[in-house]
Amino acid sequence: MTDGIDDPAELSVNTPAAEVVTTRHGMFGNRDSGDTSGFGGLTRSVALPAPTPRPYGGWFDSVADVLAEALRNQNTDPDAAIESVVVDRGEITFHIRREYIRAVAQVLRDEPDLRFEMFSGVSGVHYPDAKGRELRAVYHLTSITHTRRVRLEVAAPDADRHIPSIVPVYPSADWHERETWDFFGLIFDGHPALTRIQMPDDWPGHPQRKDYPLGGIPVEYKGATIPPPDTRRSYN
Amino acid sequence: MATIDAETSADAEEGKVFTASGGDWADIAEEATTLGEERIVVNMGPQHPSTHGVLRLILEIDGETVTEARCGIGYLHTGIEKNMEFRTWTQGVTFCTRMDYLSPLYQEAAYCLGVEKLLGITDDIPERASIIRVLLMELNRVSSHLVALATGGMEIGALTVMTVGFREREVVLHLLELITGLRMNHAFIRPGGLAQDLPPGAIDRIREDIPVLRKGISELEKLNNENPIVKGRLQDVGYLDLTGCMALGITGPVLRSTGFPHDLRKTEPYCGYETYDFDVQTWDSCDAYGRLRIRINEMKESLKLVEQCLDRLQQMGPGPVMIGDKKIAWPAQLAIGGDGMGNSLDHIKEIMGTSMEALIHHFKLVTEGFRVPAGQVYQAIESPRGELAVHLVSDGGTRPYRAHFRDPSFHNLQAMAAMSEGGQIADVIVAVASIDPVMGGVDR
Repeated sequence: MTDGIDDPAELSVNTPAAEVVTTRHGMFGNRDSGDTSGFGGLTRSVALPAPTPRPYGGWFDSVADVLAEALRNQNTDPDAAIESVVVDRGEITFHIRREYIRAVAQVLRDEPDLRFEMFSGVSGVHYPDAKGRELRAVYHLTSITHTRRVRLEVAAPDADRHIPSIVPVYPSADWHERETWDFFGLIFDGHPALTRIQMPDDWPGHPQRKDYPLGGIPVEYKGATIPPPDTRRSYN
Repeated sequence: MATIDAETSADAEEGKVFTASGGDWADIAEEATTLGEERIVVNMGPQHPSTHGVLRLILEIDGETVTEARCGIGYLHTGIEKNMEFRTWTQGVTFCTRMDYLSPLYQEAAYCLGVEKLLGITDDIPERASIIRVLLMELNRVSSHLVALATGGMEIGALTVMTVGFREREVVLHLLELITGLRMNHAFIRPGGLAQDLPPGAIDRIREDIPVLRKGISELEKLNNENPIVKGRLQDVGYLDLTGCMALGITGPVLRSTGFPHDLRKTEPYCGYETYDFDVQTWDSCDAYGRLRIRINEMKESLKLVEQCLDRLQQMGPGPVMIGDKKIAWPAQLAIGGDGMGNSLDHIKEIMGTSMEALIHHFKLVTEGFRVPAGQVYQAIESPRGELAVHLVSDGGTRPYRAHFRDPSFHNLQAMAAMSEGGQIADVIVAVASIDPVMGGVDR
């Protein structure tokens, strides 16, 4: 089993670089005191799968071609809209620049050769160390006509957490976008009523973010406290 | 039913009062002026016996007619997805099994299939494990649909339907208890295979109970199918046609009640479903009655699948139920000891007495867990309520970086307004019951 990519420079110069979202040091979550384990010098880059060069294989190429062509017909530059394409574990991910997400969703839904008529959900991911691309909205679309699935990933900086809503294209994105706002603080512009859905209306913060403060548990032993889970020892 | 009727009581003292929760003030004020009428907003739930759990329905009514219907959810949010980020990949099963408490094995299966896809070991799962997974899932589908019928019946006053439904469900739960040790929240399906093999005698016991279940299901059919009261309450209620289903992304029995045979077990098979003989059940009425009939017929199909699983298990004989890769497979097997079920004595003897390396391996795998290469996957399966999917993100560590569940109840509940608005208030109950939302899954 591979352990992520230890050094991004190992990748050959011809392939596009994998996106390094964070770099971890040491082990066991030990941050400030001296580390006697000998693992303190470890450095691990967390790199997501690199963009895939053509050909993608299978139906992925034709979907990418039709999508590019259909975007061109809508006077949208496909190279501007699609940042990169990742084919990994038999699934295709289109990384879309956020201002184009609604146009891309519209084309994916309506183009007869694409026909991703069913919206399967959007979920958020938070990479606090990926500068300028901290928050991600990950959309899953299903084509019942062609029995295909694609994933769209849209990045937004934490400083400007806005992504256009795709509720006008897929009405069922309504609750999913509300949930992603609730948990990650992503603001979906144009959503009909972007309110919290799981947490109480007056809840402060967005709990699924990695920087959300977690509580420890006081125990009845000399004022001790079980530390919050994100500060306990871990193997990452 | 708690009625918020702020206008009548407060109006006398303070003039017109509008109670608002969310939305733009300007819009609310404008709306109130244009209506110029007293509107009654009925807050049904979250503590109401007929709302299928802690679901809050906010209904705007005009007499007995529902003019606007909205859902309030989140009362059962337990942060399971967040919790999973601080546990190993194997421990994640214990959390996700507790989401939708009526279909725990589906969550386990979806999650484990997702982890296996991330690890790239989908093809290495032993066949015996896949067959037992199908067996468990189909038994679970029967128990879940029985509760859907039972609670749906109870909500319209058919208490015999409820008692029969829960009685038969207990038969399935006894079988699940026999196999997994627990009635629910099994944590039995694990990344790489299963926690353990079927106990001795399980196949015979399931075979004995299948006719019992068939009899119970036929009893439910006799109670429901041609019952004039059931038909009167269910037919043409909760109407949602194919166009509406596609626009709202609805899956499961609601989609199949439009006559569209969409079932992920057929279109995107997993666990070897393509090798089993079963039919996708549809109905063409687009209403709650069609969904009732689909659920009854699906239970019969599930029992057919269970029988096929039993035949295969008997034919193939004993074999492994966990992947061969010792870097992923749980190091110990369970066995019955003097003090009940626990790690097998042979394994303890080996790691404590003969092999220090085995002890280290056991310790590392159990405390640290296995690492999963960085990346993300989406794995969907056909749960009793529709497309249940998991979106897993790994950062190359021993714990999920993000685990998100696309719960079918959460998604399908969005159709409640489309099914209920313009209808009678009593039909809201029927419409919600026909979606069969489970709030544990909706709120997670």
